[in-house]
Amino acid sequence: MAENRARPISPHLSIWKWGAHMTTSIFHRATGDGMAVVGAIVLVWWLTAAATGEEAYAYFLSWAHHWIGKVFLVGLTWAFFQHLASGLRHLVLDIGAGYELATNRFWARGTFVFGVVATAATWSYLLFVKG
Amino acid sequence: MGNGTGLGRVRGLGSAKQGGSHWVMHRMTAVSNLLLMLWLVFSLLRIPTYDFETVRLWLEQPLVAVPMMLLVISVFWHFRMGLQVLIEDYVHEDGLKFASLAALNLYTFGMGALALFAIVKIALTGTHS
Repeated sequence: MAENRARPISPHLSIWKWGAHMTTSIFHRATGDGMAVVGAIVLVWWLTAAATGEEAYAYFLSWAHHWIGKVFLVGLTWAFFQHLASGLRHLVLDIGAGYELATNRFWARGTFVFGVVATAATWSYLLFVKG
Repeated sequence: MGNGTGLGRVRGLGSAKQGGSHWVMHRMTAVSNLLLMLWLVFSLLRIPTYDFETVRLWLEQPLVAVPMMLLVISVFWHFRMGLQVLIEDYVHEDGLKFASLAALNLYTFGMGALALFAIVKIALTGTHS
């Protein structure tokens, strides 16, 4: 297909003054696409290991208990809660609400607070309550 | 444009002639992901341990295996659409874009089939067979 290279293109990242909504948007894509790869592989590994047998499952668990595995699991938990919060924000924006500057900034920042707090609460429960 | 309903006017438009259906399905699967993932997170927090026996006994219940299969379909559908948009945004060379989208389909359907087969196998064979 022939591309029209003379076509004007939209000004990109460099000319805009930074705003919280930009960071939230980038993190929404990064956490979503990150989970699509890392999260899907971990989920499929966990399910197929459980379906295969005790030995395969023990191998999965040995990685899940290893500190490297923990870094991945905590990272995935955070990516999930961050993407959940920014995703809910997107659904609100999609119905045409929340574009006032102060409101928009508040919820853009709020997604990060939710992501970190929900991740900390989940792993505190797993490590200190459940043991 | 015709003078039909708002939906009728956008149906089939756009460079891919899909109208708004990709956009709408991304939101629809976002809502089902929300319900199914919250179910998974709270279920995993509630089961006593994560050893082989416990996880198998949990997964082989019909009311766990079925939502788990729905979760795989909904989540994989949603992430396939997200990765497609990522490729369309950043891969501009036609041949590479086609190859990337083909690889994405192989990855999504291959991984999805593995996950669904694993759930069905666990549900239909049981731990004590």
